Amino acid sequence: MEKKATREAYGKALAEIGKDEKVVILDADLSGSTKSSEFKKVYPDRFFNMGIAESNMVDVAAGMALSGLKPYASSFAVFISGRAFEPVRQSICYQNLNVVLCGSHSGISVGEDGGSHQAVADIALMRSLPNMKVFVPADYNEAYSIVLATVEMEGPVYIRTSRAKSPIITEGKNFESARATILKSGNDISLIACGMMSYIALEAALLLKQEGIDVEVINSPSIKPLDTETVYTSAKKTKRVFTMEEHSVIGGLGSAVSEFLSENLPVYVHKIGIEDTFGESGTKDDLFCKFGFTKEAVAKRIKDRLNG
Amino acid sequence: MEDFKRLEEIAKTIRRNILTMLNKAGSGHSGGSLSITDILVALYFGGIMKYDAKNPDWEDRDRLVLSKGHACPALYATLAQAGFFDEELLWTLRQLGSPLQGHPDSKKLPGVEASTGSLGNGISQAVGMALAARVLKKRYNVFCIVGDGEMQEGLVYEALMAAGHYKLSNLIVIVDNNGLQIDGQCKDIMNVYPLKEKFEAFNFRTYEMSGHIYKNIIDTLTTAKRNVVSPTAVIARTVKGMGVSFMENRVEYHGVAPSDEELKKALKELG
Ligand SMILES: Cc1ncc(C[n+]2csc(CCOP(=O)(O)OP(=O)(O)O)c2C)c(N)n1
Ligand SMILES: [Mg+2]
Repeated sequence: MEKKATREAYGKALAEIGKDEKVVILDADLSGSTKSSEFKKVYPDRFFNMGIAESNMVDVAAGMALSGLKPYASSFAVFISGRAFEPVRQSICYQNLNVVLCGSHSGISVGEDGGSHQAVADIALMRSLPNMKVFVPADYNEAYSIVLATVEMEGPVYIRTSRAKSPIITEGKNFESARATILKSGNDISLIACGMMSYIALEAALLLKQEGIDVEVINSPSIKPLDTETVYTSAKKTKRVFTMEEHSVIGGLGSAVSEFLSENLPVYVHKIGIEDTFGESGTKDDLFCKFGFTKEAVAKRIKDRLNG
Repeated sequence: MEDFKRLEEIAKTIRRNILTMLNKAGSGHSGGSLSITDILVALYFGGIMKYDAKNPDWEDRDRLVLSKGHACPALYATLAQAGFFDEELLWTLRQLGSPLQGHPDSKKLPGVEASTGSLGNGISQAVGMALAARVLKKRYNVFCIVGDGEMQEGLVYEALMAAGHYKLSNLIVIVDNNGLQIDGQCKDIMNVYPLKEKFEAFNFRTYEMSGHIYKNIIDTLTTAKRNVVSPTAVIARTVKGMGVSFMENRVEYHGVAPSDEELKKALKELG
């Protein structure tokens, strides 16, 4: 199966949308890592390296948007959601500006750089802000189509990409906000995932199938707004919902699903993610084992929950 | 003269260990580790800092905060050499469960004074430590190493303002002025110069020195320690990748570990 990183799609897609002369790109000394350097190769005049100064970068993007441009600003997810949080809140979201922020190197799949560099709360932070949309692509194709779609989108957007390569599982055609897709239909439980967890969810579902558990796997790249219709329909059918994300179980996809279901269709929801802890150094594979992000661990956890 | 020879020998061992641990880890920051090695050696082995490796929590010790946390391989190799922990631990760098995290973790490794890695946070924590000495009526010094690229962070200037305001004469900030960051040269990416005048504007006494000549480093830091009226800044002219010909002044080696082949070549050069 072909493997590519979602951050590579970000760079490739930027180079594509650069045809629109309103598009400007900002980065904070990480353009080779976030891949915004791909845009610089084609449109150097509309690429601005703002140095290691993320807060300023985000406020500058706000000023550009107020002047009619369409800025895309990127850094590692920890820094753009953390260091720059207040400018994101005050300037971008409060003014509902057309700015797209991209946080790369999200989650523990960052690997060896360790906990200081692994964003585990960026979805929670960004999702909590009024006006902000939050998209977490499952793979390269989906990331590419998200970036294309944001050109015409109104208001602030946060796109969360990954450093590590992961299998391509979607066609990624014509991304729409608030739309989830069913990767595999099933009747016993609903498993809703985002990012590269969608692939692992699919694999876990195949394992569970062999044990007679029929899992409906839903890929939900749009954390906010959530595709409440798809979630509702699936939860009504299965009555047991599991969520899975490479993010804290506090405030991410699992929380978004729980918040919606608790008010509209109270059913059992179990969140699989990072258990209110920071990441650490290690290879991506070692960390995925430790944090339970393998198909075997996920299948076992779901089985245990169903039996318990 | 004798003494500097000893420091140079220690630095050689530390550089060898840095490269070997990075090679074993398969990732990490070579260039910025090699550029601060001589400064660390002067601090820990040149009689500048007072510390007790067997009692890392000694209240009166001088503190070193590595604000440019990505250069931690140099700090780890120095701490091992100084006896804070067993050298064998160096070979676990960046592995699952190792106290030698990809960026320094003060909760995991003795001798690491503050967790850093997100640039700009270290220097503010150093200000806090220096201010704490005043409250606690202690006489320790706080040394803080920042990168020249790191000097682009706005947070750094809030720290400098506080240090100048409170006249933290026990704070000595050392800038690793190697001229490079990740995407290119500091002057091209976001011109951060002049540095000296910036520190002076925040009421620092400011010196410039070579970051690789021991006599110069030790003289400057000794003078800095004598300053009792203001914080001190020392701008160190350094070479990113210092000591390994094919890494010197090469931006490509910012965040890349040496391959097996490169390690062999580098160790041979270091002798
Ligand atoms: C807040 C923050 N933004 C971005 C980074 C990513 N980053 C790590 S090292 C580095 C370049 C640092 O350059 P410099 O301070 O000059 O360090 P040196 O040249 O000594 O390696 C960057 C941008 C970071 N660690 N923290
Ligand atoms: Mg530098």
